[in-house]
Amino acid sequence: MEGDDDTSGPMIDDEIYANGVDGDNEKRSRPIMSSEQLDIEAYASLYSGRTKIMRLLFIAQRSQSNEAMELEALRMAYDEIKKGENTQLHREVVQKIVGRLGPEYGMDVAWCDTVDRRAEQKKEKLENELNAYRTNLIKESIRMGYNDFGDFYYAHGQLGDAFKSYVRTRDYCTTSKHIVHMCMSSTLVSIEMGQFTHVTSYITKAEQIPDALDPVTVAKLRCAAGLAHLESKKYKLAARKFLETGPELGNHYNEVIAPQDVATYGGLCALATFDRMELKNKVIDNLNFRNFLELVPEVRELINDFYSSHYASCLDYLGNLKANLLLDIHLHDHLETLYGQIRHKALIQYTHPFVSVDLHMMANAFKTDVAGLEKELEALITDNQVQARIDSHNKVLYARHADQRNATFQRVLQTGNEFDRDVKSMLLRVNLIKHEHNLRSSRKH
Amino acid sequence: MEPVQALVANIQGLSSSGDIPHLHALLKQAQESLYAESTRLLPVLDQLDPAKHSLGYLYILEACSSGSISKEQASALVLPIARFINSCAAEQIRLQPDKFISVCKRFKDQVMLLEAPLRGVAPMLTAIRKIQASSEHLTSLHPEFLLLCLLSKSYKAGYSILDEDIFEVDQPRDLFLYCYYGGMICIGQKRFRKALELLHNVVTSPMTVVNAIAVEAYKKHILVSLIHNWNFSTSLPKYTSSVAQRNLKNFSQPYIELANCYVSGKIVDLEALVDKYREKYENDNNLGLVKQVISSMYKRNIQRLTQTYLTLSLQDIANSVQLNSAKEAEMHVLRMIEDGEIFATINQKDGMVRFLEDPEQYKTCHMIEHIDSSIQRIMALSRKLTAIDENISTDPLFMSKTGRERQRFDFDDFDGVPQKFII
Repeated sequence: MEGDDDTSGPMIDDEIYANGVDGDNEKRSRPIMSSEQLDIEAYASLYSGRTKIMRLLFIAQRSQSNEAMELEALRMAYDEIKKGENTQLHREVVQKIVGRLGPEYGMDVAWCDTVDRRAEQKKEKLENELNAYRTNLIKESIRMGYNDFGDFYYAHGQLGDAFKSYVRTRDYCTTSKHIVHMCMSSTLVSIEMGQFTHVTSYITKAEQIPDALDPVTVAKLRCAAGLAHLESKKYKLAARKFLETGPELGNHYNEVIAPQDVATYGGLCALATFDRMELKNKVIDNLNFRNFLELVPEVRELINDFYSSHYASCLDYLGNLKANLLLDIHLHDHLETLYGQIRHKALIQYTHPFVSVDLHMMANAFKTDVAGLEKELEALITDNQVQARIDSHNKVLYARHADQRNATFQRVLQTGNEFDRDVKSMLLRVNLIKHEHNLRSSRKH
Repeated sequence: MEPVQALVANIQGLSSSGDIPHLHALLKQAQESLYAESTRLLPVLDQLDPAKHSLGYLYILEACSSGSISKEQASALVLPIARFINSCAAEQIRLQPDKFISVCKRFKDQVMLLEAPLRGVAPMLTAIRKIQASSEHLTSLHPEFLLLCLLSKSYKAGYSILDEDIFEVDQPRDLFLYCYYGGMICIGQKRFRKALELLHNVVTSPMTVVNAIAVEAYKKHILVSLIHNWNFSTSLPKYTSSVAQRNLKNFSQPYIELANCYVSGKIVDLEALVDKYREKYENDNNLGLVKQVISSMYKRNIQRLTQTYLTLSLQDIANSVQLNSAKEAEMHVLRMIEDGEIFATINQKDGMVRFLEDPEQYKTCHMIEHIDSSIQRIMALSRKLTAIDENISTDPLFMSKTGRERQRFDFDDFDGVPQKFII
């Protein structure tokens, strides 16, 4: 122990901090921590369609301190918008660039005018066609007409009208495939609009159709449901939905979500809300989900670390991922809550197997100082999540198991007193009511 | 004077022969003439013996004390009334209880007029005992008695009567006043649990209109609940009357704010709030209670520390409870240990406090007896409850009411209520 060579010192400390048994005996290797900046090109290439533009704009908005990154994001957004037909977004992006990217990235009035004129023409054509179909009362054509309208509005950024058009096709759907198509389109537009109540209702509608669902659609629906739950802060349900997503999803839902996101959202939500059993069964042993986790090795490592109680490295990974996750359009406002919950669970899990814990060691394991740790533990104890008491003088945490017998006696006596008191009040009230009733009936006669 | 003399002779004669009903009838007839002679009746009393001629004495006494009384008259009357109450015969009094009650009330007025409430305490207690049908019966004299106790600060006497449970009430107003004054007496004696019970009864009583007594009682209820339970729930129980549920809170806004601030746990905010509403609390005479609320907040915060820590330094206690110094913290902890609110030992050398578990092991004979007697008491209460339930189910008024509201499905339906009771 004492007087050994220095190389074994830190190793022993490592073993002491580790609160669990290493399942495999290989030396814990320190993998690459991705604390480097988000590679915007790689990130953007995962998505397609409107969500790519929105994500880039969000990144630009969030990285206003980092000008290089902001400009990169805005540049890519501009290029993407030019490929589409949304002049409103074009104007927005130009405003944000403020000419910092040079003349090629300024307001292209000619382009805007051409696009707008084309849009007018197309709209007229679509309207005429739709009216023709409506007079002819051909259901399928009317449905296609409304669909085209929906697509048109969506491409031009008029999301409300797009949604209304898609919903109108409902009356003209004849096969279940049509209904599925309608649901998927409505879901897409609702997600873009941020109205997740619609999302949930259309997903339920789609899931009720028994036969027309192929695995890809099922996977898409699960993702959308997961997103809806995430937005409404139901993290456990969100985790379950993401974990149920099959690997058939692949890149098919790039207009909404990338498989990396499924892994990240699912992994973090699961870690924050599942208990140990569920974590092992549904996440670690889940073969389907493993495909997703391969895409984000940090999340995989962090979940494994948590399960095997290497809290320091788990929290390290979390810290490193935080900066990049804050730039994610769906996760950013839930990140603090999730991180808080994961940290609490780590603290609770650490103290669970012990009768007494030295706070200095625990502070080292969590890479924090004793005073801060004491405050955190105090909050957890007051919340009744940790059954323990702190010996502040010696800085030790002692587990405390309530004495059932005494507690029962106390509760019994208390219940007796309460019964006494309540029944007496009740009898008194009965008497008053009877008296009043008698008074009233005597007045009547 | 003649009819009065004749009356006196009658009283003496009939009382000694035991013909009380006849006497009662005669007295009722003579009522008017008595009232006419009210100012000159005092010397007549000397001819009668309160113990034997109680009913007659009562009538004359009542006539004497009717109308407005000056201070000298009051001092003249107080002594005879007191003597009468002490020595009168209970059966004769019970024939005319309302006269007796009005005499006692006048007695209380006179005593208060003379500004000597203490003189009235003992006689009132005797009066209550004599007129009560049973110890569970609340008379109109109970609140008067408690008021005298409060004014004369003889809390112990008042408390002795509060120990009895009340189940029968004549007038709801009596109950409200009784519980309110009773609550105040218990607060004076620092028996906050009983005070809370009594005030709770006022607040949750059935009432059709919100009355001032209920409002004041609610204010005190909030404060006492904070002092005793360290907690307060703004929602009234389901059985509270709807008028109370809707309106009581509007009248006690400063108190509800105080309760909300208390729950948040910051002493500084609480004191600021108290300063803001100081005048309102003073007007309601609740400032003393409010000060007790503030000091109970320290206790609550220290108590919460016992749940989390095994040992804690005095300085840390002072910091987390927002006291000024470790010395003050020591004083507070010491007082709490003495009052039995927490279990701890103070180590002055280290400046450390060690919190201990409740040493009660529930193994002593004393505890077994306590549990046994509680069981007996609750069984008796249960039996009483069943008896009352049976009484009500067989009460004809109740039967007729349920009979009327019963649904009719079919003529041949099984009839739960006999035909006779359907009105």
